[in-house]
Amino acid sequence: MGCEMTEPLLVFFVLAALAVIGAVSLILQKHPIHSALSLIVVMVALAGLYLLMGAEFVAAVQIIVYGGAIMVLFVFVIMLLNAGAEERTSLSKMAGPPGLLLVAALAAFVAATIARSGASVQAAAETGALSSTRGISEMIFKDFVYPFELTSFLVLVAILGATVLAQREKS
Amino acid sequence: MHHDGILAGGGHLTVHFLFATRDELFITIAKIAILLFIVLTVNAYLTWFERKVVAHIQSRWGPHRVGPHGLLQPLADGVKFFFKEDPTPAGVDKFVYFLAPLLALALALTSIAIIPFGPEPLHLFGHDIYLGIAPLDLNIGILALFAITALGVYGVALAGWASNSKYPLLGGLRSSAQMISYELALTLSVVGVLLMAGTFNLRDIINAQAPLAGHPDRGIIGWNIWPQILGFFCFFTAAVAETNRVPFDLPEAEQELVAGFNTEYASFKFAMFFIAEYTSMITISCLATIMFFGGWLSPFPVSWTLTHYLPSVILIPFGLWVVLDGFRYETVLGRVVLPAVGTVVTALGLGFIVFPHANAFIQAPFWFLSKVLLFLFVYVWMRGTLPRFRYDQLMALGWKLLLPLSIVNVALTSFLILAKMQWGAK
Repeated sequence: MGCEMTEPLLVFFVLAALAVIGAVSLILQKHPIHSALSLIVVMVALAGLYLLMGAEFVAAVQIIVYGGAIMVLFVFVIMLLNAGAEERTSLSKMAGPPGLLLVAALAAFVAATIARSGASVQAAAETGALSSTRGISEMIFKDFVYPFELTSFLVLVAILGATVLAQREKS
Repeated sequence: MHHDGILAGGGHLTVHFLFATRDELFITIAKIAILLFIVLTVNAYLTWFERKVVAHIQSRWGPHRVGPHGLLQPLADGVKFFFKEDPTPAGVDKFVYFLAPLLALALALTSIAIIPFGPEPLHLFGHDIYLGIAPLDLNIGILALFAITALGVYGVALAGWASNSKYPLLGGLRSSAQMISYELALTLSVVGVLLMAGTFNLRDIINAQAPLAGHPDRGIIGWNIWPQILGFFCFFTAAVAETNRVPFDLPEAEQELVAGFNTEYASFKFAMFFIAEYTSMITISCLATIMFFGGWLSPFPVSWTLTHYLPSVILIPFGLWVVLDGFRYETVLGRVVLPAVGTVVTALGLGFIVFPHANAFIQAPFWFLSKVLLFLFVYVWMRGTLPRFRYDQLMALGWKLLLPLSIVNVALTSFLILAKMQWGAK
């Protein structure tokens, strides 16, 4: 391979391993809180990977939005419902083997895709100036301003919808 | 060359920082150790300061038995924390129960690492040593800080859940809800400052408040607090709520919830929550100083050279007073230690007059720490004077007042900046 073990590569493997271990633990844990904690580990490890690629802004947002806001909501709901440990039924036990097969198929597909398109993946990772805060804001507010506005409109509609549903429940 | 894809844009110092030379690594570790020592000591004496100030507000003496002026009280408290029995209640989720205080303390201490304490480096052993641990060009400074704060909720929420007890659970639930609500207002309230500075970098945000070259030096007038007074109001209110302090300390409302989320924690695990809370108070005070009060900038124009001796003017009389005060005691501690400390402080003050270089260097940290101390005093002052909010009032305040106000502040600031660009002076 001729691929020497540099320090960034070492950090990459540590973070990648952390992300994978977190993801596996998320599925294997019996208690929802433990699963949620595993998911937080995945999110933070991903943020570390983004930082390693020089995408500081995305890394910070990853932690603030996913690691912070969204996962806090998960944990909050689990606590509020006082959800107990997961119960295994015969059906959920049966779902195991097909699930493993699907995982293997997905992993093989992703690996094959990456292996076939080595150069373009390399290019995608080399975002350079684009991944800086300034680069991202110029893209969002200049090149893609209409899709961005449309997305925010969609989010607004979703918020209104949620509010309406919550109000209907009350009355 | 395979790793090029992983480390794209290799020039980024944020990443580069991790793989520095051995010397830099050693300096960073030394800086971490020193800062940790300072922060923990300040934490300990913050409890003393708080008890003294609140006591005087309530016409009491406060701690005065252990050492002169009760100055050894934090030490006694620390020893007590170490030697108390540390029972683990039955039925707790062991892993999460132990994880929660660790998480709270680690995150609170990490956030201090982002704060820069001075503009100029110290020249030592042939290296430029900057005050502060984070790299100079940490371009996501404020975002990194918010990221760490965002994770801080887990310490409290998980502690409440893992304790397997109703009061901690209610305390944990309250606190997660409170922190989610106020995080929005906290983040939005600084957007005005970010718009004016055009950067997330904390050093650049401070420098943006300094006078521009060729413009008159206006000192305190140039700080962000004046154009962003609305933002500051939202920021400070939300920050107090985010750190769970009076008047927003509902997660640990004694009358309703015993001690809230940390009811089932004893000994050093309790101390960890305690230290975490006080550390986040320090971080928030530093942040308020940086964002709105010019960071390390002096409130006076630089041309007023007499104000450069202000540190000495404060240190010398204070040192002399400590010496005199020490002689009033009949204990060894009072008679020997206090005069010794007073002499050192006086000598420091005199030293700054004699050595202009040293005096020039300490100006920035002096102003920074003075402002931080002022904010810490305000925290304690509020605790001594304000009653606690009711829970629904707290939520209404966060969502119905602070959030809209901070959005208005963002819109107003952006409009003014746009107007200035459009019609303002070239």
